Amino acid sequence: MSEELSDGVKELESMIGEEYKYGFTTDVEYEDFPKGISEEIVRELSRVKEEPEWMTEFRVKAYHAWKEMEEPTWFNATYKKPDFENMLYYSAPKKKPQLDSMDDVDPNIRETYEKLGIPLEEQKMLSGVAVDAVFDSVSIFTSFKEKLAEAGVIFCSMSEAIKEHPELVKKYMASVVPVRDNFYSALNSAVFSDGSFCYIPKNTKCPMELSTYFRINNMESGQFERTLIVAEEGASVSYLEGCTAPMYDENQLHAAVVELVALDDADIKYSTIQNWYSGDENGKGGIYNFVTKRGICKGKNSHISWTQLETGSAVTLKYPSVILKGDNSVGEFYSVAVTTKKQQADTGTKMIHLGKNTKSTIISKGISAGQSNNSYRGEVKISKNATGSKNYSVCDSMLIGQECGAHTFPYISSENPSSSVEHEATTSRVGEEQIFYLMQRGISEQDAISMIINGFVKDVLKELPLEFAVEANKLLDVKLEGSVG
Amino acid sequence: MLEIKNLHASVEGEDIEILKGVNLKVNAGEIHAIMGPNGSGKSTLAKVVSGHPEYEVTQGEILFNGEDITELDADERAHMGLFLAFQYPVEVPGITNKTLLREAYNTIARANDREELDPLEFEDYITEKLDVIEMKDQFLSRSINTGFSGGEKKKNEIFQMAVLNPVLSFLDETDSGLDIDALKVVSDGVNKIANSENAIVMITHYQRLLNYIKPDHVHVMMAGKLIKSGGFELAEELEANGYDALEKELVLNGEAQ
Ligand SMILES: Nc1ncnc2c1ncn2[C@@H]1O[C@H](COP(=O)(O)OP(=O)(O)O)[C@@H](O)[C@H]1O
Ligand SMILES: [Mg+2]
Repeated sequence: MSEELSDGVKELESMIGEEYKYGFTTDVEYEDFPKGISEEIVRELSRVKEEPEWMTEFRVKAYHAWKEMEEPTWFNATYKKPDFENMLYYSAPKKKPQLDSMDDVDPNIRETYEKLGIPLEEQKMLSGVAVDAVFDSVSIFTSFKEKLAEAGVIFCSMSEAIKEHPELVKKYMASVVPVRDNFYSALNSAVFSDGSFCYIPKNTKCPMELSTYFRINNMESGQFERTLIVAEEGASVSYLEGCTAPMYDENQLHAAVVELVALDDADIKYSTIQNWYSGDENGKGGIYNFVTKRGICKGKNSHISWTQLETGSAVTLKYPSVILKGDNSVGEFYSVAVTTKKQQADTGTKMIHLGKNTKSTIISKGISAGQSNNSYRGEVKISKNATGSKNYSVCDSMLIGQECGAHTFPYISSENPSSSVEHEATTSRVGEEQIFYLMQRGISEQDAISMIINGFVKDVLKELPLEFAVEANKLLDVKLEGSVG
Repeated sequence: MLEIKNLHASVEGEDIEILKGVNLKVNAGEIHAIMGPNGSGKSTLAKVVSGHPEYEVTQGEILFNGEDITELDADERAHMGLFLAFQYPVEVPGITNKTLLREAYNTIARANDREELDPLEFEDYITEKLDVIEMKDQFLSRSINTGFSGGEKKKNEIFQMAVLNPVLSFLDETDSGLDIDALKVVSDGVNKIANSENAIVMITHYQRLLNYIKPDHVHVMMAGKLIKSGGFELAEELEANGYDALEKELVLNGEAQ
């Protein structure tokens, strides 16, 4: 590579390494548990949260299941294992959470969300977006509740749902991701602290975008939230989660479980903008993002779509999946995963076709820079009964610089001949020739690089809800262009 | 307009000299043709003049409108009105031709304190330019060169030239990959763009193109140098006798090493 170009790439890499803007910490008083995990801790957690008996038992069972399980190691990433005995499993700001009025929220916390660009006052929010703010383990504030209630939509913290809507929670929680599904789902089931719950009743189009902002603040706490979205027959909803964390030298574990249930003709669109702190150039610190996300298209003609822009975390292991059970149901996965510095991402999806004439689309775009490692792992399974089903997968990788890696691991199995699976994969490098071509037309080097990247991810970003497209572009800018102009 | 003096250039960071003392002068209103066998350095010359970072100028200078541009970046040279129609146009997926051209047009306008065009004005402007090259407007909304046929890519280069209206254009083997009808359309387009204030340097292998775009000056490039210059008759001579004959003649005259 020529010197000038490698300068260009270096510049790009340094732009990519742009200072993490969300790395500040908030000074709040915490109500913490002793470190470590045991049946007592789990019971105490449930007690502090004033949970009903059935929930306590659910947790205790999950804890014992987890104790028997082995930490997985099959993915393409190496890291220091989390120390489960040295972690905080409950950490909540002392001031009582889930308040009725904004005025009661700890001003420091309110300021935190302001700094993150998420003002909690309804009048200042994006119109048409309801927000649930989760600070460390606890839901702090949910906006627009009344307006949603008018439409019959329930949007509240998981803690509240367990108390107010136990029949729904009992029916659907762990119905998509069983407790024993994997090591981290079992752990989450035992110690999850909060999260968001949404329920969209029959034939209802949720009147606004729903979103949750997850913020890890406490250095020693793990974050284990649980999200459950149920769309009844003919219901539709679009939900977005955003995530940030302060910069600490120690790794922090984030092990969430997200479950989506779509009944007949229902439509769930779940978008993620994940920007957890990813550690420094030497790979010190950053979040371990080990998340189990799964949706089930339970009813016929139902539709679940996952869209994710993953830019953060030191290590990401995440495979948002769709079980296509209802006939004619549709599953989609659109993903942009950006890794820089020493980040490691092993992410992808699973599409499990069970119903007839089910369709799935996978569009995965990986961008790797620095010394990072970016793997796509995707499973497409078409069962014997899923006649007439179709999958279309594209997974493209773009490399920036010489020291990063991109890998693709497709697992495809089809058990009937009337179905079709199409898989395309490409790997390209942000090339000297592309940059020169655009510069020859008068475009500056930074703009040229940004154009190439934007062109690369366009098919995915256009799937994000309009309200967040701008935010996503901004994030990519910060991550990939930084000092342009 | 353009004056290249004793230009030597190597592959950046390596000891491979490709241009070995090129001299060339191009005035406004002129059309030049550079001919030469494969590997003689024609594309390299065009890329070095337009500022490709892969090459390093080790000696000599490139004056453009009196200014030495050897240290300028490719985009700065483009702002001054330099254009290169690539021998192998590059694909950029996900960005449409129109987006690129509006961005390019306005960036160049800004750099020259000219007025930028808003999207609607640009729409009118660009639509009018489609005629120059008989291109369909669906080209505008397709990703840059992505999935274009060889001929379409070449046409697209000349279309971009028409839109950006450069002062000096290098056309690198624009004729290759074009069938005879397309060649005619492209040549007509170039002839429409050419005027007394701009200049064109065509790089070609064959005389074919020169039948449609008449050059005022013809140069022969061999082994990194322009070894002979003349009028249109030089092209005819090459077509008849080939490069070997010319080389022998020059050796006999002691003009080549
Ligand atoms: N980046 C490069 N590295 C090594 N050799 C090069 C490079 N670019 C060009 N060359 C060599 O320089 C010579 C001239 O190439 P080029 O200018 O493309 O020739 P032409 O356009 O006349 O066919 C060829 O021998 C080519 O292989
Ligand atoms: Mg060439």
